[in-house]
Amino acid sequence: MPIEVNGKQLEVDEEGYLANLNDWEPAVAEVMAKAEDVELGEDHWEIINFLREYYEEYQIAPAVRVLTKAVGKKLGKEKGNSKYLYELFPYGPGKQACKYAGLPKPTGCV
Amino acid sequence: MAKKFMYMNTKAPYGTIYALESLEVVLIGAAFEQDVSLAFIDDGVYQLTKGQNTDGIGMKNFSPTYSALGDYDVNKIYVEKESLEERGLTLDDLQHLTWEDEDEDWAEKDSIKLVSRAELADILDDQDVVLSF
Repeated sequence: MPIEVNGKQLEVDEEGYLANLNDWEPAVAEVMAKAEDVELGEDHWEIINFLREYYEEYQIAPAVRVLTKAVGKKLGKEKGNSKYLYELFPYGPGKQACKYAGLPKPTGCV
Repeated sequence: MAKKFMYMNTKAPYGTIYALESLEVVLIGAAFEQDVSLAFIDDGVYQLTKGQNTDGIGMKNFSPTYSALGDYDVNKIYVEKESLEERGLTLDDLQHLTWEDEDEDWAEKDSIKLVSRAELADILDDQDVVLSF
């Protein structure tokens, strides 16, 4: 079932990931988060933007282990750990944050 | 105990799905913390070339993803010398792939190692599992 963002119908797969990467805009993340009762704050956006940059550079959504390590390196140790990331994204930082960021499901996630 | 996995890449990057499939299997497999090596032989060496452009063939250019292998702790990437030479290529034609050694304060190290056919044979001999793509 497509999701509605700013009056547009955007196609998503059966798990809610955007079908077309280019459909993404910040409002997509807001709509997806609202559906899961998550209120996006600055800390969420930091990770979402980080993931989008990672995808831009490497053309993949990183596995959660890789994400954690990369966040630690770029944003500091206090953010590069599972506890911090799971508090922001309780459904799994890999899956949930990638979904909000409009990326495909991380390679290796089942 | 971790097993030694070797992924052999033997085909040009586009035109068949082998190269992309191999890369995905490697990334998925990396989650299982095995001892992973990659080898690039024959036309497989083209997978690592710089400046790939897939405009016009309707396939995603997945070559930037090889740079992420270091993040996945995949840092033993063997390129067969003879295969490069037979195609008029040198290491300079390939992407510069690196990894960061956590044990040495994240020192950046080269992932690609140029090996002769004979050396690669020895490396293969030492593996528990060899998967060919």
